[in-house]
Amino acid sequence: MGIEQKLGNMGIVTHKLEDVVNWSRTRAMWPMLFGLACCAIEMMSAQAAHYDMSRFGMELMRASPRQSDLMIVAGRVSRKMAPILRRLYDQMPDPKWVISMGDCASCGGVFNNYAIVQGVDEIVPVDIYVAGCPPRPEALIHGILSLYEKVKGEKFKDWA
Amino acid sequence: MNDLIQTILTEFQKRFGADVYEFRDESSAIISFENILPAARALRDEFAFNLLTEETAVDYWPKQEPRFHVVYRFRSLDHNLIFGVRVPLNGNAPSMPSLVDVYANANWFERELWDMFGIRFEGHPDLRRLIMPHDWEGHPQRKDYPLGYEEVQFTFNFDEIDLRKPYAQE
Repeated sequence: MGIEQKLGNMGIVTHKLEDVVNWSRTRAMWPMLFGLACCAIEMMSAQAAHYDMSRFGMELMRASPRQSDLMIVAGRVSRKMAPILRRLYDQMPDPKWVISMGDCASCGGVFNNYAIVQGVDEIVPVDIYVAGCPPRPEALIHGILSLYEKVKGEKFKDWA
Repeated sequence: MNDLIQTILTEFQKRFGADVYEFRDESSAIISFENILPAARALRDEFAFNLLTEETAVDYWPKQEPRFHVVYRFRSLDHNLIFGVRVPLNGNAPSMPSLVDVYANANWFERELWDMFGIRFEGHPDLRRLIMPHDWEGHPQRKDYPLGYEEVQFTFNFDEIDLRKPYAQE
């Protein structure tokens, strides 16, 4: 493999803690199911065999917020759903990230009215916005990889 | 027209002074709200309309007075017939008798009508909001209810709207 030469015979690798932790966080980031509308169908197909999100360490969509690191808000959030969404977000253990998938979750989309929250960033802090109505699975995967880049750039002093 | 429907229409005209009309082979009667309970009882007990398939409402504001029409749709499984009843409702605090005692499934229909149109049903056992959050103000399906439009962010006004947009904190 070539790695033996770099290790010598000592079995030890030295690296920055920051990079190792950030790398390990991106390798097993379990998303929480938050399918609210048609975007959820694209999210499911991104998870299924053809696009296979488990290539990127997302083996499982967890139905429980306590076991997940990433919330993918897929679909329009109604005003009645908003407190529930915030409550589930609060139940997720740190560190946690949010992807706002699709136009409706990002800015209200075509539903510019009293019933729909105009952007899920009014309720939870969003890391990545994925555009599209609905975005294709490739777009969602691109959003997730962009989130990985963001996580890899996180600094020690900001972890707290 | 079906014989039974013809009988019902003449009976409704005689007993409740109903206006009748037909649209695409379906007959309906327009009656006043005081008569809805006896009319529903007559349909259920005398004419075997054993199912209330629909109870909804229309808001004709500002074109028509009275502004609300409550629309009932009864179905007879025995005769394979559909019969409609419309009840015009006036005013800003519309109120009419509840149909829950006659057709139990009117319960949720009437909760939805209260939620969406603000029509009060007297004698309803549990008149709470069905769809909107319980602390919601107003009745969204009324025509004079504001749509709640928010100004859209474009390049030219992005910063201005961004300043007053409520962003969530961690």
